[in-house]
Amino acid sequence: MFELIGDLVTYYSQNFSYVAQEFYRHFLMAAYGVLFAAIVSIPLGVVIARYGRLSNGVIQLANIIQTIPHLAMLSMLMLAIGLGANTVVVALFLYSILPILKNTYTGIVNVDQVLLDSGRAMGMTKGQILRMVELPLALSVIMAGLRNALVIAIGIVAIGAFFGAGGMGDIIIRGTNVTDGTAIILAGAIPTALMAIIADLIMGTLEKVFHPVKSTPKDKTGTEKEAEPA
Amino acid sequence: MLTFEHVSKIYNGENYAVKNLSFEIDRGEFIVFIGPSGCGKTTTMKMINRLIDPTEGVITIDGHDAQVQDAVQLRRDIGYVIQQIGLFPHMSIQENVTLVPKLMNWSKEKRKERAKELLALVDMEEEFLARYPNELSGGQQQRVGVLRALAADPPLILMDEPFGALDPITRDTLQDEFKKLQQRIGKTIIFVTHDMDEALKLADRIVMLREGEIVQMGTPDEILSAPANAFVEDFIGKDRLLQSRATVQTVEQLMNITPATITETATTSKAVQVMREKRVDALLVTNEYGTLKGYVDIEMIESHRKQSENISDIHLTTLHTVKKDAYVRDSVSRILKLGVSYVPVVDDDMRLVGILTRASLVDLVYDSIWGDEGAAADEQEAVLEETIL
Repeated sequence: MFELIGDLVTYYSQNFSYVAQEFYRHFLMAAYGVLFAAIVSIPLGVVIARYGRLSNGVIQLANIIQTIPHLAMLSMLMLAIGLGANTVVVALFLYSILPILKNTYTGIVNVDQVLLDSGRAMGMTKGQILRMVELPLALSVIMAGLRNALVIAIGIVAIGAFFGAGGMGDIIIRGTNVTDGTAIILAGAIPTALMAIIADLIMGTLEKVFHPVKSTPKDKTGTEKEAEPA
Repeated sequence: MLTFEHVSKIYNGENYAVKNLSFEIDRGEFIVFIGPSGCGKTTTMKMINRLIDPTEGVITIDGHDAQVQDAVQLRRDIGYVIQQIGLFPHMSIQENVTLVPKLMNWSKEKRKERAKELLALVDMEEEFLARYPNELSGGQQQRVGVLRALAADPPLILMDEPFGALDPITRDTLQDEFKKLQQRIGKTIIFVTHDMDEALKLADRIVMLREGEIVQMGTPDEILSAPANAFVEDFIGKDRLLQSRATVQTVEQLMNITPATITETATTSKAVQVMREKRVDALLVTNEYGTLKGYVDIEMIESHRKQSENISDIHLTTLHTVKKDAYVRDSVSRILKLGVSYVPVVDDDMRLVGILTRASLVDLVYDSIWGDEGAAADEQEAVLEETIL
């Protein structure tokens, strides 16, 4: 056990820049995939929330994409695009569509009808209602979708190493290819797991920050009782 | 200010939600639309700011046909308050209140200034501006809802059962506050409700609707004294009609003008002495100018006897009061609803002028039950006397 930890430390001290580079590369691939998916899915989610009839078909399609096994998807994309990081990013893009699309749709549809009516009655245009009411109120649900997509993406990128994309998967594969490679496998696997956990935590915090039902900071509420008018 | 000319709203070519409505409303009037659910009162209101478009007829606001104006601009010039309040939970009170000014591109400083002004109108403190709607009670939220409608100073305000979801005590307070506010700022108000008490209390004129048509339109007194038909009579309710026919109209005529009182500078032992003399267990406390401060009862004195000598040392409980020129029909329901045994009567400066007790109510009920028969009996006697003579 101690020997193993010793090996790990040695590996990191000798290959630090290599590990850091792959770690960064791994994260970038996941982030790009989610980012491109967000650029497409959020507007699409808003549109299908507006036109209810479209929603079933579009979400159904995204569901089907989601069911394709990762290895199968990557292999098929490899045949079309070839080896390299682009293949992985395209796969992540496809996998991220569903969580982001579905959450955007749910977030927008669940905005209280009373608030929409009230905005309209006050003289807001459709664009203003979307910008000032619907999107802010749906933001935390949309963030939850991005969080989901990012965590899944970090997992999928690890497989990407088989398709010449690099990333932490590269280190894991090296470990499996040498005798007594346990330390090297762990050197790749532990940061990957940590990356997913940290990404989840950060996105979770953002989700809370964007929660629409706001309260003033706690220290201000002390005077609340006094302020209550008779 | 606002006219309806033969306005109808027809759904599916045959169902009339509103049928051939024509009326005129003057500037500064408080108009209440009332009727059972499905009578078209909300539809009528929503046609004014074009949330619903009329099928037939013309609605003009200040001489301009509403139908040819830009709907968005029109709505910004008309205040709107709804039962569900509809404050935006992600915006602070300030942002909520000044939303319409923001849509109209007012500067930031002007908006902030306006928000402060508005909060002062309902006696809410400035610190509320930074709060969020979920931190406010229902009553406070609806105050903010009303302020939001007033923000851009629109001449016309539409209100759809704004106090319907509040508890009876808060509703009462808000009605009083709002009526006062309206008299001060002189807005034209269109108010929808199904609560007759509310209508009688607030309205300058009541429009009674049934199945999309006007049944009767007139001042509360006109409607009470001359209901157009059995439907109106039913809707008003027998007890309100009785109350309104009784000769007693204002609280001042009914109240007891010698309430047991004590000034706040008096000692507790003096208070006990007064209670004993007047055979009561509670006293109304006033300051030297006769302004009502609260009340003190024998239990409060008992528990404070050792620590405090003066009445002013005891924490006084505040009371619900009525104004002396308030109508009896409003005050009676308050006494009954609150379940209190008496209500102090005050003038406009909060000076105590009398007290309304449950015993006063007995007089009122006695009058309304025996008043007519008493008169009839007198007449009969007179007739008898005549025949004998």
